[in-house]
Amino acid sequence: MIPTSHYLFLSLGLFTVGVIGVVTRRNVIIILMSIELMLNAVNINLVAFSRLVGSAEGHAFAIFIITDAAAEAAVGLGIIIAFFRNRETLLGDEMDLLKW
Amino acid sequence: MISAVLVVTRRNIVQSAIFLITALLATAGIFLQLHAEFLFIVQVILYAGGIMVLFVFVIMLINLDVSLHQVQFNRQWWLGLVLALALGAQLTVAIAVGRSGLPLGEPVPATMLEPSTELVGKVLFGEYMLPFEIASILLLVAMIGAVVMAKKKV
Repeated sequence: MIPTSHYLFLSLGLFTVGVIGVVTRRNVIIILMSIELMLNAVNINLVAFSRLVGSAEGHAFAIFIITDAAAEAAVGLGIIIAFFRNRETLLGDEMDLLKW
Repeated sequence: MISAVLVVTRRNIVQSAIFLITALLATAGIFLQLHAEFLFIVQVILYAGGIMVLFVFVIMLINLDVSLHQVQFNRQWWLGLVLALALGAQLTVAIAVGRSGLPLGEPVPATMLEPSTELVGKVLFGEYMLPFEIASILLLVAMIGAVVMAKKKV
């Protein structure tokens, strides 16, 4: 039986990789993928704790998070398509229309 | 874990997406290990199926050749890397120190668990009925939003 703290460390590693991806990459699609990685790390945490307690509430919250991730991916990719049509680029730091 | 690192470091976004699929399937395997069969199925069908199809579709809609020749990392990437690693180290220390204080003892033995799909259904439609409905409305709004965004003329 694998102890819960191992799952915590795994999810910590995944989350850190996701943060690194969001912070250092310029490509918007890869930034979105890194956000998905971070959401997955949180899901692992929730399910691990729910396994520890023996209840299914962590599963319910993980399902809500997956729903959120789907919604966020749909809207984010729609924004990316609209943006690419206007500016012909995928770089995050070119998105400065709202910057003064 | 390894494939997650590759997601972040690959230059080509298609390769990145493939490695993301691997990472998601690995997560699904961990769910299975944790006796969360329903989440395993949801992860495989929804994430590795639905969301990744969306990603790959958008990657195909977008002209790839341009982005291959651009610089793929920020100008301040080293600062971001250092800060993110600092965050990771901090959380590691927090877990390692606080592990003894948490009741992380023996999990409930697997033989005592109810079938997880049934349990999830009971929790989702009993206690969390209202959040469930709100989530469905959120999905509807996201769908309309995505359609409006992707339209040619608003």
